[in-house]
Amino acid sequence: MLIEAGHYALVLALAVCIVQTIVPVWGARRDDAALMEMGAACALASFACVAFSFVALSHAYLVSDFSIRNVVENSHSQKPLIYKLTGVWGNHEGSMLLWVLVLTVFAALVALSRRSLPARLRANALGVQGAIAVAFLLFVLVTSNPFSRLSPAPFEGRDLNPILQDPGLAIHPPLLYIGYVGLSIAFAFALAALIEGRIDAVWARAVRPWTLAAWAFLTLGISMGSYWAYYELGWGGFWFWDPVENASLMPWLAATALLHSVVVMERREALKVWTIFLAILAFSLSLVGTFLVRSGVLTSVHAFATDPGRGAFILGILTVFIGGGLALFAWRAPLLRQGGLFAPISREGALVVNNLLFSTACGTVLIGTLYPLALEAAIGAKISVGPPFFNLTVGAIALPLLLLLPFGQQLAWKRGDALGAAQRLMAAFALAIVAVLATFAFARGGPVLAPIGVGIGAFVAIGAVVEISGRAFGRGVPLRVALSRALGLPRSAWGTAAAHFGVGVTVLGLAAAAWGTETLVVMKPGDRASVGPYVATLERVVPRSLANYREDVGVFALTRADGTSAGTLDASKRLYLTRNMPTTEAGIRTVGLSQIYVSLGEAEPGGIGVRLYYKPFVLLIWIGSLFMAAGGFWAMTDRRFRVGAPVRAAVPQREARA
Amino acid sequence: MSQTIATRRPMTRKSRRLVMIGTALAVLAVALGLVLFALRDSIVFFYGPTAIAEKGIAPGTRLRLGGLVQPGTVVREGDQTVRFSVGDGNRTMTVAYRGLLPDLFREGQGVVAEGVLQPDGSFRADSVLAKHDENYMPREVADELKKQGHWQDGAKPK
Repeated sequence: MLIEAGHYALVLALAVCIVQTIVPVWGARRDDAALMEMGAACALASFACVAFSFVALSHAYLVSDFSIRNVVENSHSQKPLIYKLTGVWGNHEGSMLLWVLVLTVFAALVALSRRSLPARLRANALGVQGAIAVAFLLFVLVTSNPFSRLSPAPFEGRDLNPILQDPGLAIHPPLLYIGYVGLSIAFAFALAALIEGRIDAVWARAVRPWTLAAWAFLTLGISMGSYWAYYELGWGGFWFWDPVENASLMPWLAATALLHSVVVMERREALKVWTIFLAILAFSLSLVGTFLVRSGVLTSVHAFATDPGRGAFILGILTVFIGGGLALFAWRAPLLRQGGLFAPISREGALVVNNLLFSTACGTVLIGTLYPLALEAAIGAKISVGPPFFNLTVGAIALPLLLLLPFGQQLAWKRGDALGAAQRLMAAFALAIVAVLATFAFARGGPVLAPIGVGIGAFVAIGAVVEISGRAFGRGVPLRVALSRALGLPRSAWGTAAAHFGVGVTVLGLAAAAWGTETLVVMKPGDRASVGPYVATLERVVPRSLANYREDVGVFALTRADGTSAGTLDASKRLYLTRNMPTTEAGIRTVGLSQIYVSLGEAEPGGIGVRLYYKPFVLLIWIGSLFMAAGGFWAMTDRRFRVGAPVRAAVPQREARA
Repeated sequence: MSQTIATRRPMTRKSRRLVMIGTALAVLAVALGLVLFALRDSIVFFYGPTAIAEKGIAPGTRLRLGGLVQPGTVVREGDQTVRFSVGDGNRTMTVAYRGLLPDLFREGQGVVAEGVLQPDGSFRADSVLAKHDENYMPREVADELKKQGHWQDGAKPK
């Protein structure tokens, strides 16, 4: 009964969203406040409906209701509780329902932020959000109904894919979806601005916190996904340039560009048309990502439960929204007025370069990801574009981006002083050189480029510190004054500095990967193998049996070169009984920021195959991303974005001037 | 640079736009060159054993080989080296690989191996992919099997 109600709630949400698409936009045209308010009511109602239907599906998973096909195919009565819950989105149908749920959550939040948004912008944006929700609700109802029944109901389910039975499933997809779908808000605001034919700093101020939120969640989602793949797949790699990874990276690159161009729009009312274009692009790329992941047109190691038939439907949605968005852009963008002027060397100029490099990087990733598809369609040859392509192109674009980042932050708006910026960065530059020399002196082995990478990472991270200290400390300023000045800086300044610091930290982690080691050995209990500066001894292999799997656990003792113990780690080979599927659970021991990573292979004639990695400072990669996301969240709470009313009063004058 | 701007008359809107567009075009041109250069060197073609034989591909070529692991051919030689045959129904090819195999590597399963064709007609792989889903058949492998007439869509395990 609950299931039928959940299914019905989805249909009801569809009907409500159709109203939400039409009425508020019509109201905005006729300037009818009551009709515009309908949008908010519809958004809240559709959120309630979809939330109810999500709860209904979750309930079916919790009580293991095997009369539902989706539960049978992806659950098992013996499965631990947390995986019963996360299993709701560990499959195609459920994950699309989560997608729609996040979409309606965002629409409801827009509906609730009455104070900070102009009424017409809000009404039009809700209309666009409604249209997106209609498309995806239709998709769920027509092609991927999570509520379809099965008769007769089996006694036991087929269990969730064991790879997905991991806490990572509770964290990674929701974060990623909030990021993907959050970009729909920027898209909706962009289309709303185009429909109105008007865009100004108020628009930018309204869009910025949403974009920051989406970007921060996307950053977290990608980095948590990368860490999950790192420890779960057992290959010790954290980024494979796999199509699914690229699908999440492209919207991230576009969103990062958008984030920076919105700043220019908010402060200087410049780059209007470009910002609108980026907002459309960022969400379009997240639709492309959804299509690539869901349809399985590209071979990937991360894509689960794909179905080419449904891909065609998403391709349709994609065409309508990207095509519609760009058509509206082509038609209405010429109406938007030009904004403020700036010299090439200025903060704006630096942000333009940032945008140029980010969108170029995005374009090369797109080419590399889709080239195999295009070539196959054109001449039928099957190819794959491997990591060397992406490392070379994205690396070459990232290099100037990272080197210019600290400079851009030192330039003033309108007209900057390049020489002065360089002088202010002398300390950061000198420290980076020291870091390079120190690395050359102390690190053994590794490619020559790696110390340079360390230098670049240090330069970016220290440059971020200079961002704050340069604004607070001056010659002759007492420490207390400087500190209170630093604390008084706006949250967006601190957020920016934290995010940029995170970029430097991640670069340091990536550079340190060059000193990692990988060893393949066959070991019997008692055997020793060296892993970087440590020695691993396989003490014993013990079999263990748990709820829905059996495993052989290899217990390793780690010792340092001087013979002292550095702890133990357990690596195991599991066999999930229902699906008769083996998985490798890597054993990871964290020492400081470095990790020792061991994964077990097959039984060999002389023992068991073991792969041992030493990963120096590998955690910096993800710690950096945490800084980036934290910076995004902190900047989002800036007072400027929360207080809407006084800003709105100031707008008419500014417009009169422009 | 800043001084030249300061002493000269402020740039007009048009000249500023030209600077911006010029920079953008320069960056895009460099990026395009980079993409073309990288694409030439880092794409890897995918073939089945039959296609390799028919096309007469030269030894030493880097490629992706796909097909089904032939039952009864997996031999572990110790030192983590594994030999197995990959077939598409018409021909088979021996693959040697040193390293840990993916969890779902099994006899009868579809695999994609990336590596180098050897002069003796065998294949030395440096990576073996089998996706992490037991129903999975790499799309390239499925297409290759269809071409050889050994695959029906309905027969796909559900």
